[in-house]
Amino acid sequence: MTDNGNGKGNAVLTKTAAAENGGNGGNGGSRGRFAGLGERARLRAAQSPVWARPVVMALNLVFAPFGVVADVLRDWWSVQGRGMRWVVYGLLVLFALVLPSDVIGDVMSPHTEWQTLLFFPIGGYILLAIGLNVVVGQAGLLDLGYVAFFAVGGYTMAIFGKYHGWNFWEILVVGVLIAALSGIVLGAPTLRLRGDYLAIVTLGFGEIIRISAQNWDYVNGPNGISGIPHPPNLSEWSFPDGQPWEFLGVAGMSPFTYGALDGRPYYYLMLVVIIAVIIFCKRLENSRVGRSWAAIREDEDAAELMGVPTFKFKLAAFAIGAAIGGAAGVVYGSQATSIIPNNFPFILSATILAAVVLGGSGNLPGVMVGAFLVAWLPEYFRGLAEYRILIFGGALVVMMALRPEGILPSRRRQAELAEGTGGMGSLGAEVGGPDTHAAAVEGAK
Amino acid sequence: MFGNFIDQFWPSTIDGLSLGAIYALVALGYTMVYGVLRLINFAHSEIFMIGTFAALATLNAIGLSAPVGGLALIGLVLMLAVVAGLVSGASAVALEFVAYRPLRRRGASRLAALISAIGASLFLQQLFARVLIPWWFDLPKEKGALPIPKHFTETVDLLSIGDFIIRNDKLFVILGAIVMMIALDQFVNRTQLGRGIRATAQDPETAVLMGVNIDRVVSATFMIGGVMAGVAAALYLMRFGETNYFVGFLLGIKAFTAAVLGGIGNLRGALVGGLTLGLIEMYGSVIFGSAWQDVVAFSVLVLVLMFRPTGILGESLQQARA
Repeated sequence: MTDNGNGKGNAVLTKTAAAENGGNGGNGGSRGRFAGLGERARLRAAQSPVWARPVVMALNLVFAPFGVVADVLRDWWSVQGRGMRWVVYGLLVLFALVLPSDVIGDVMSPHTEWQTLLFFPIGGYILLAIGLNVVVGQAGLLDLGYVAFFAVGGYTMAIFGKYHGWNFWEILVVGVLIAALSGIVLGAPTLRLRGDYLAIVTLGFGEIIRISAQNWDYVNGPNGISGIPHPPNLSEWSFPDGQPWEFLGVAGMSPFTYGALDGRPYYYLMLVVIIAVIIFCKRLENSRVGRSWAAIREDEDAAELMGVPTFKFKLAAFAIGAAIGGAAGVVYGSQATSIIPNNFPFILSATILAAVVLGGSGNLPGVMVGAFLVAWLPEYFRGLAEYRILIFGGALVVMMALRPEGILPSRRRQAELAEGTGGMGSLGAEVGGPDTHAAAVEGAK
Repeated sequence: MFGNFIDQFWPSTIDGLSLGAIYALVALGYTMVYGVLRLINFAHSEIFMIGTFAALATLNAIGLSAPVGGLALIGLVLMLAVVAGLVSGASAVALEFVAYRPLRRRGASRLAALISAIGASLFLQQLFARVLIPWWFDLPKEKGALPIPKHFTETVDLLSIGDFIIRNDKLFVILGAIVMMIALDQFVNRTQLGRGIRATAQDPETAVLMGVNIDRVVSATFMIGGVMAGVAAALYLMRFGETNYFVGFLLGIKAFTAAVLGGIGNLRGALVGGLTLGLIEMYGSVIFGSAWQDVVAFSVLVLVLMFRPTGILGESLQQARA
């Protein structure tokens, strides 16, 4: 959105610099941005075949305001001081705490139990998407077998919890470590590969894990492991009856007692893990590690030449992503009480990847929104349950054609994608002929 | 374990070759598209799946009452291959038009193209699973029941030397794949369009300057890949006698493995890679048990990419990868 009027010749660096300054490249106020929408939609439409133009233009007009609202929010955020930011953080956490309330649940989930839904798939997908975002969004490595680490976490929980009687908290630590280790074991030999090759190897790895679990008698093959223990209760304390707890829908609920029926304690558990992971990832993003990832993503060779130990940092991204996936697996296993190999199909990897890309890879809020939508929409439209993957697949194609950078892209990532860098290079930009995006923008001047 | 292997060496060699021939034909689609666009056409497996259903529909339309053999079988397989090839080729072109061309026009990132491909793949799979199959075969929608056509070939043992038996259907598959492969090789090396494809694979920018119509080349590439997948689908139906909406997924990944194994972008590499992978898989399943067949295939993929990422014959339809 910020590159309004910039030609292809404008280097990524310039755009990134503008993005990092927190400004929007001198684009005037928000009114100016809205005014440009129609023009941009028309431009985008001009690149499509004639028969598709009205549709493309209409859809662009529908999608574009979201981007503008996001831009306005981001500009506002970038000039806020520490105090205001903490107020917003506080409000967000508060919102997350009251989210399981029935009042919200009735609206959001008329067909299924909202509280359980919040734990998985919504919470689970968000955690997985944050983890995959480290690998795909930050380091620019395409991982199509991410579900393998989720499976490693789940099976760690099952094996140590059921066979060895460890408790949840111990297993959480062990599971994260084992998943990170498996990330390193997979990454060490394969990270020399780039782009699609890496994608297909990780896909193969994901299938190897699943099929191995299916053939391994120790974990009961295709029947999986059942009777996985719940986490130990931290406290029997429950919210008192009466206001305001009635209104918030938490009266009488014990948030630290992990039983079989109430989904809310698990949701809060997931929430704690998610918040911890967000803080961790956000700190990483702005550290030396995060900057190295960005450099690797934009141009690996250049990064290597500038002295960034690319292999080490790619491995770190893999291990961290894997660890987060493992954590999600452990938490999931502790609630589900039984897991089977088919809980970890390829389609889950694809779904999480789609969540990351749909939301806007590289941008944590975007990724979370993407994961939420991918998890929630199919549940909301239960009536269409049968066709939901069909619709999901079609939506992916349409979305990529109209807004390949995702709903809420990070500005830096958006600039990279427009330039065709950002991990995988561009698709036939050089063969696009006179009607590529850059040419269209140039011609409009 | 290995005694088993020696006992079953010849049968599993034939099985491996006939399986590998199918991988090779499907691998061609991946290799051609990758050579020209540097893109894993993730939905290619669904093009294959569509081919199996086209062949199945033709078979149902003919309505065979008894298995056929001899010349009639050859004619039948040819007809199925033509129909499936046309349908698959057309679907592949349509796929490119809908899922890739808008992205290509804009020079979008290849990550976006891959996501679009995954989306298209899911869409096609589900279209068959939820809409077309229930409607076509009159199955209740809730049931995941899949149509399994009757075996239509009369399996004849053509040759037998001791325990070593070659069945006609397996031989057919191998021969069919080789014929298609030779035809394609000639097409790419001898015709004008073939030259355009090679030029685009080598250097798209210069190819445009030299007057190559890129859009036509890309469409042709998808068309050829689709036709090959369609022929593979007809042979698959004859060899295995069954299909379902997810038939393409695993086969697709393995065909891609085969393409990488032989050297992606290299047409002859696809044949070598396919046959090699088929053999390794069959030998592997004899040695480790058939449950581990897929694990063996994927392990081969990982090992090849680790030690020789350019494959057995190297990449030749293109320059070095980006």
